[in-house]
Amino acid sequence: MTEPLSPPRKRSPLNRTRLPSQPPAPRSRTSHGLTRAAAEGRFALQRCANCGEYAYPARDACPSCLSSDLPFVDAPSGGELVSETLVRVPADVYFRERAPWRIGLVKLDCGPVMVSHLHSDCIDGERVRMSLQLDKSGQAVAFARPQQNAPAMQDDRQWREMTADPKYRRVLVTNGRSAVGLATVDALLKAGARTVHVGVPENWKPFPEEERLRALPGVKLVPLDLGDERSVRDVAADIAGKTDILVNTAEFVRPGGLIDRQGASFFQMELAETYMGLVHLAQSFGPAMRMRGADGVDSAAAWVNVLSVYALANWTPFGAHSAAQAGCLSLSHCLRSELHPGGVKVMNVFTGPIDGEWFQTLPPPKVAPRAVAEAIVSGLRSGLEEVFVGDVAQDVRRRLAASPKALERELS
Amino acid sequence: MSEAARLRRPYDGVVVAAPVTVPYERYSIESAHWWIGRALKALVETSGLDKRAIDGLAISSFTLPPDTAVGLTQHFGLSARWLDTIPLGGVSGIAALRKAARAVQAGDADVVACIAGDTNQVDTFRRTLENFSRFAQDAAYPYGAGGANASFALIARHYMKRFGATREDFGRIAVSQRANALRNPHALMKTPLTLDQYMAARPISDPIHLFDCVMPCAGAEAFLVMREDIAASLKLPAARIAGTIERHNAFADDVVQTRGGWAMDVADLYAMAALRPDGIDVVLTYDDYPFVVMMQFEDLGFCAKGEGPRFVRERDLTIGGDFPHNTSGGQLSVGQAGAGGGYLGLTEALRQVLGQAGATQVAGARAALASGFGMINYDRGLSSGAAILTGPSA
Repeated sequence: MTEPLSPPRKRSPLNRTRLPSQPPAPRSRTSHGLTRAAAEGRFALQRCANCGEYAYPARDACPSCLSSDLPFVDAPSGGELVSETLVRVPADVYFRERAPWRIGLVKLDCGPVMVSHLHSDCIDGERVRMSLQLDKSGQAVAFARPQQNAPAMQDDRQWREMTADPKYRRVLVTNGRSAVGLATVDALLKAGARTVHVGVPENWKPFPEEERLRALPGVKLVPLDLGDERSVRDVAADIAGKTDILVNTAEFVRPGGLIDRQGASFFQMELAETYMGLVHLAQSFGPAMRMRGADGVDSAAAWVNVLSVYALANWTPFGAHSAAQAGCLSLSHCLRSELHPGGVKVMNVFTGPIDGEWFQTLPPPKVAPRAVAEAIVSGLRSGLEEVFVGDVAQDVRRRLAASPKALERELS
Repeated sequence: MSEAARLRRPYDGVVVAAPVTVPYERYSIESAHWWIGRALKALVETSGLDKRAIDGLAISSFTLPPDTAVGLTQHFGLSARWLDTIPLGGVSGIAALRKAARAVQAGDADVVACIAGDTNQVDTFRRTLENFSRFAQDAAYPYGAGGANASFALIARHYMKRFGATREDFGRIAVSQRANALRNPHALMKTPLTLDQYMAARPISDPIHLFDCVMPCAGAEAFLVMREDIAASLKLPAARIAGTIERHNAFADDVVQTRGGWAMDVADLYAMAALRPDGIDVVLTYDDYPFVVMMQFEDLGFCAKGEGPRFVRERDLTIGGDFPHNTSGGQLSVGQAGAGGGYLGLTEALRQVLGQAGATQVAGARAALASGFGMINYDRGLSSGAAILTGPSA
């Protein structure tokens, strides 16, 4: 049974912060089919389209029939642990600092044998379930957990290296005024976050849940206007060094496309709040988070962007909004790459229209703010990079994968 | 005898000569080229051949890249009409012997210098692990970066569970090899090893402990494969190649490796040599880990599968024992000079059957078996090989 995690102790200012290191990152191009699945929390392997054999490690020819048609498909994740070892003297810095490290050989029900990281509850000779996780280098690795869930299972030391579990971590939610922001604060507290800083834009304006928020243990409100560089820098000066997870719930939704909107001021506001807001946050919080990626139980772990799924494909009725979100999506990829050296994940949570004031006139299905909040927490607990919340987001994702051109026509 | 064995031609007209070891060093600031060059010079000096008479070259080295054998022809001023670069790690020696012998037999070369050598600079070992193979890079090295130690730990633990082998059993192999090594001036390990010390060693990757591991070092091993008449004209002591086998990716369906390719081909090996296991006087196995040695005792027919543990309990593996094994001390006690580890058994086998093994000589050794194993591409060693050499008196 996993030993429950102890709350982190206060840091001694005399100690040097342990700098992040990374597990070995090089991979073949083909094996990034696994990275793609891991990013979404799917267990996928190559399966030969010709003979049906599953293959692992990633190959460019089927070992059974030599076909080169080897698509990655969702695969059965059950298997048996057939051997294990405790690696005590690794060759590389990342594992040397974390030794001993437990790995095993798993015989999958669907055929291949995987060298795998092991959850401490796994027992040699017994059943395990496999998942693909993104390690601190951002690459996919196989991880075996026991078939049954157990208390404190999430606290396993090796598992926690693969995830960004909010438990005992300090979080900044950038916009507490929005319904999604509020729901996210509640979900994070429930998941065991130690402190949640909640940004309040236009601090002088009261908002309905303000009193309730202020009363929550662990919650601290901070004035934060994302479009204002000075405001973001001021907040970062106080809390960037103790922000382990940043959840950017920036929200600026206004209807309208390009030609039918009058003037450019809305475009500028939209970009200031969302695109420039992300720029300000990244420049103010990014450096400190990247430095603190290996700083103990409450190391910096993740950066979350809540984005419209229309960042992926422009939706004409909210065309300008879609474009600003697309800009944020592109920035997030840059941010992901820049945070990689710190082992800090960037998770994008794509949603369809939220059930709230700005999409009031839209018919269902819409996404409840609480569903977004729960997806954020579960994505962090699983260590994901891409999360699609709700039916609309899933639908857009699938249509995009099937035919981008068809989706473009359908969204106009 | 299998059909394959019946169709194989004996290595008539070809001999092996001039076993060479360039004494090992734990770390070296020299290049692979330097070590291989020392070995080539020693081959020329030992054989009495003019360098220009060497018209074939087979090279194995992990630290030679970006160069291959062809770059070395210009580097060493050789003009070769037969050339091979053999990147097979622990099977390099057996593979070089086989290829060179057939080239000489077919007249494509008269004298082939077979050399394996590597340098060991301070970061060589880690870099070799990192870049070992695509499957290792994709699917093994990111898991703890334990390299071969972790991979073999997984295989060894499974073997122990399945066949009831214990660490003491593996220890007997390591301890006897150390006893042998104390007679070998080239061995890097110079102090005795007791079973208690073996058992008390620090764990590296369970169940692999310190004395299960080889020490990476710099060094080179070499021999000549040549026309029998040339050796005779030089009055060069030479051995015959009685039989060989080689196999890659055998038993791919075994979930965890419990046997190597020898188990597939061993009948051919003895049939070709017209010998039985009890006709072998000295056995030189590939000993990157004692557990791998035990697997070879089984797969090379000295005992049945799963009886390795009992075999090592009952037999005396030292030079003077009833089953002289890894008489030089093997890689475990001499050191692993990169690809040179894949030659160490062969050069010692050659010395034994030529009566040139000095203090490690097994009295009356006529037939010696050397085996190779290597290339943990992902989850198992892919390559295996073996050769039986017989001396002039056999």
